[in-house]
Amino acid sequence: MELNELTAHELIEKLKKKEITSHDLLTALDKRISQVNSKVKAYVRVNDFSFSDLRPKAYNLQPILQGIPVSIKDNICTEGYPTECCSKILEGFKPPYDATVIRKLKESGALIFSLKTNMDEFAFGSSTENSYFGPTHNPWDLESVPGGSSGGSAAAVASDQAIVALGTDTGGSIRQPAAFCGVVGLKPTYGRVSRYGLIAFASSLDQIGPITKDVQDCAIFANIISGYDPSDSTSADVAVPDYTKSLGMGIKGIKIGIPKEYFIEGMDTEVKNIVEEAVHKLKSLGADCKEVSLPHTQYAIPVYYIIATAEASSNLARFDGVQYGFRADNQGLNSENRLLDMYKQTRGKGFGEEAKRRIILGTFALSVGYYDAYYLRALKVRTLIKEDFDHVFADFDCIVTPTAPTGAFKIGEKVKDPLQMYLSDIYTISANLAGIPAISIPCGFTKNNLPVGLQILAKPFAEETLFRTAHAYEQNAAWQKMKPKL
Amino acid sequence: MIGLEVHLQLKTRTKIFCGCSTEFGNQPNSQTCPVCLGLPGSLPVLNSTVLDYAIKVALSLDCKIQEYTKFDRKNYFYPDLPKDYQISQYDLPLAKNGFLDIELGSITQQIRIRRVHLEEDAGKLIHRPDFSLVDFNRTGIPLLEIVSEPDLNSPLEAVEYLTHLKSIIEYLDVSDCDMEKGSLRCDANISLRKKGEKELGTKTELKNMNSFKAVKDALSFEIERQTGLLRKKEEVIQETRLWDAKGLKTISMRAKEGAQDYRYFPEPDLPPFVIDDKKVQEIKNTVGELPKEKMLRFIKEYGLSAYDAKILVSSKKDADFAENECILLYPDKDKKPIVNWLIGPLASIASDSNCSISEVKIPGGAEELIKLVNLVEIGSLSNLMAKSVLSESISNGKPASAIIQEKNLFQVSDTGSLDNIAEVVIKDNPKSVNDYKAGKNNALMFLIGQVMKISLGRANPQVVQEILKRRLK
Amino acid sequence: MNSKPKNTPEHTLITKETVQHVAHLARIELSRLELERLVLQLQDILDFIDKLKKIDITGVNPTSHILPIKNVLRGDDPGVSLFIDKALENAPHREGNFFAVPQVIE
Repeated sequence: MELNELTAHELIEKLKKKEITSHDLLTALDKRISQVNSKVKAYVRVNDFSFSDLRPKAYNLQPILQGIPVSIKDNICTEGYPTECCSKILEGFKPPYDATVIRKLKESGALIFSLKTNMDEFAFGSSTENSYFGPTHNPWDLESVPGGSSGGSAAAVASDQAIVALGTDTGGSIRQPAAFCGVVGLKPTYGRVSRYGLIAFASSLDQIGPITKDVQDCAIFANIISGYDPSDSTSADVAVPDYTKSLGMGIKGIKIGIPKEYFIEGMDTEVKNIVEEAVHKLKSLGADCKEVSLPHTQYAIPVYYIIATAEASSNLARFDGVQYGFRADNQGLNSENRLLDMYKQTRGKGFGEEAKRRIILGTFALSVGYYDAYYLRALKVRTLIKEDFDHVFADFDCIVTPTAPTGAFKIGEKVKDPLQMYLSDIYTISANLAGIPAISIPCGFTKNNLPVGLQILAKPFAEETLFRTAHAYEQNAAWQKMKPKL
Repeated sequence: MIGLEVHLQLKTRTKIFCGCSTEFGNQPNSQTCPVCLGLPGSLPVLNSTVLDYAIKVALSLDCKIQEYTKFDRKNYFYPDLPKDYQISQYDLPLAKNGFLDIELGSITQQIRIRRVHLEEDAGKLIHRPDFSLVDFNRTGIPLLEIVSEPDLNSPLEAVEYLTHLKSIIEYLDVSDCDMEKGSLRCDANISLRKKGEKELGTKTELKNMNSFKAVKDALSFEIERQTGLLRKKEEVIQETRLWDAKGLKTISMRAKEGAQDYRYFPEPDLPPFVIDDKKVQEIKNTVGELPKEKMLRFIKEYGLSAYDAKILVSSKKDADFAENECILLYPDKDKKPIVNWLIGPLASIASDSNCSISEVKIPGGAEELIKLVNLVEIGSLSNLMAKSVLSESISNGKPASAIIQEKNLFQVSDTGSLDNIAEVVIKDNPKSVNDYKAGKNNALMFLIGQVMKISLGRANPQVVQEILKRRLK
Repeated sequence: MNSKPKNTPEHTLITKETVQHVAHLARIELSRLELERLVLQLQDILDFIDKLKKIDITGVNPTSHILPIKNVLRGDDPGVSLFIDKALENAPHREGNFFAVPQVIE
């Protein structure tokens, strides 16, 4: 096997024993990226990148990672390196600071790839088709989407162009691409990981999380990036346990809830069968699986699309051409109010279609006359959705569902119908609304050889239960060992 | 009916949501960071001292501190607003329902305070012909907004309100309250209503008033303007008007397209704040004596008139100087003389030098002033002469005593003034008098010494001895 | 807004005026094609979202913050500010130590 095909934990061992060097690993990755990036397009602005940009940093306070490179989604700030959210409006933006997770990774001995992974612009999307740089292609089927918005990160890991990547999840943007690409993706509890340096989409829903080749890697990186951050007022002051200790515990006696609202009439039969088989496997490993109810499931998508777009419309107001990024050139315009023109044209030309759509929808939901009927009402239904989970978790350790209603769809299939695209978030969205942790792991393939993901949800700060359950399943299924043929 | 909206910059060391300095007057964009620049990915964290100061002010205005308070986003686009929203407070402000007393003549009026809330300041814009320049040093400076009910009935009352508010804030030492530097800003709402009518008139908002005088003038102008319109049976339009200090009139702002829709919603990056009684009590304990309390105490303890007391307490520094360095050290029980000098001649000198009485540099300190006042009271120096000595002392840096000695201002052989001093000395030193009468000659020496002291060494000791002997026969 | 759209409690009607007004609030210039498309798409989305109006929310409190955190504060301690050049590094138009924008009309 090539070095870039190994997992992080395998590589850390080799690096510790000095069997290989960081340079060896970078060379292998470089080779792989040159081979396949033109097909997969997981990374953006490749021409501006040079491997000599990566120099092992001087401060290895706790060299846990021994120089493992980590690929970063384009909406996480990396000091001195372009961070553009794959949008024209942020072209050329180089943050003068590192996100907290970047600092934490560096302090643990990681190498931060300045080559960023592709994403739906500002994380608006479920397919990575809304990127200013064009779509990423699913390594398992180049004509299909990798999922979104962290499609670049998931595809890079799946195609061994990255050892591990960071993604972000607001409505499923880590889990769904992880499912579509056959890798592992974790959305931590809201507040578990600092949002300082994450370019905000929806402030009350966003979280950063690892996308990895297996559950062990996921636990290692969850350890590193989690923790209280005084720079983030929404960061939880809750101790971080060693998540790797949850691996290998087995799931005898674990109570798992299977929500009936997620297995409705008319759902994709393949996905249904594959997930039901996975549930059987969990039962055979000793878990106690029962049907539960999350009665307000059907309202999750409307609630999400009001709250998320409302917050986004405000978070994206700062992209106005004043301090950074793209500014529309309105010289020679004989208008009365050149400032107003600058704002309107900068934002009109700088934002892509989906971004404009969401900003308009969100602005509408907050506007005079509509605030009570939409935004305030959505906040109240959010309470009901959270309470659904509270009731189930009173009696169950975790909940298991499919991650996505289908396998990866074709590029171009849904992008022209926004509502259809939104509906594909049905299984992942509730976890963000309720603030609970969720992980997606591979659990099979469709007849078209497209990966299917199994989602596990737990109550706030119970990531240990997720790792325990995910690892138990993974060790008995071995889907993670399969690789796409590129 | 006039309501005032006052914005105060709180003088914490650092900004409201980040650790940048709040210092005024430095190089543009030198006191910024990702948070106050609103860079993508940045997040706010509230400065605890800002909250403490805000509670302090609200308590001093007798407001009810809200147990549960939160921040909201006020969304609008402007180049001095880096995030294109301002973090402010909308429906659950920090404090509500307080009041501020104003006094006009002998009438006290209670002006209700509707709300007190926190928000962040915006940057500064400088306009050039072709483009405008933005300096973000000021973004994120903590602002406290104090909104009154429209209980003020005249421009004079408005100025009284501002004056009293300013003195309270200075006492609390939480803001520089400097309208010129922008640490105190004031907007006004004004509407007219016919006497006896219940219906409220249309109100206009007045902005761009940069001094207390401007507030008075702008309101006066606006009252006349609106009265004029109403007399002609014309309508007053609800609008915002700017005060033009040069042309001495209010000007309508460009017609805006409809009312602003700020799309307020709860700030998701800042969890709410619960302020319990314990915290409120903690802050209350740090609020010292406020101007009104001090005034009443001065009246009671030192026998000052309400008028005099009010003037002395209007500035804490001045009040402390007056009390600690002058009144308490003034030998006589009747403090009126020293107070008159503070309010009169010293205040006059201070005003000429554009400073306050506590800032006047009296050579030799307040002691010298006390000596002067004493001499006038005794009759050894005329009022006029004393005033002139004070002025001279301050302008050339020589202590008053020295001037009096040099210029030989004492009528050394003026038995009249020496006689006065002797009388005082005898009255003040009964033990020594008895000793002398009992035959102790040293006591006489002592008494002579006392007279010499008071006369600043200019008296003729022989003459003094004769006078004393004569009086003690 | 020139004309109020005809809304009923159950159904919100999206018109061109609605979208134009909101686009102005959001300072986004839309082409004629974009405007027409958005009117249709927004109507679709809102019709779907309108199902929320059917739920009984009496007595339910809104959730603005999902974690039960409160009173997050920091001390009044100096932090690290950016050097002026760093602050202005990304400026599309820099004049001296200022950010420059087209003239603001007060």
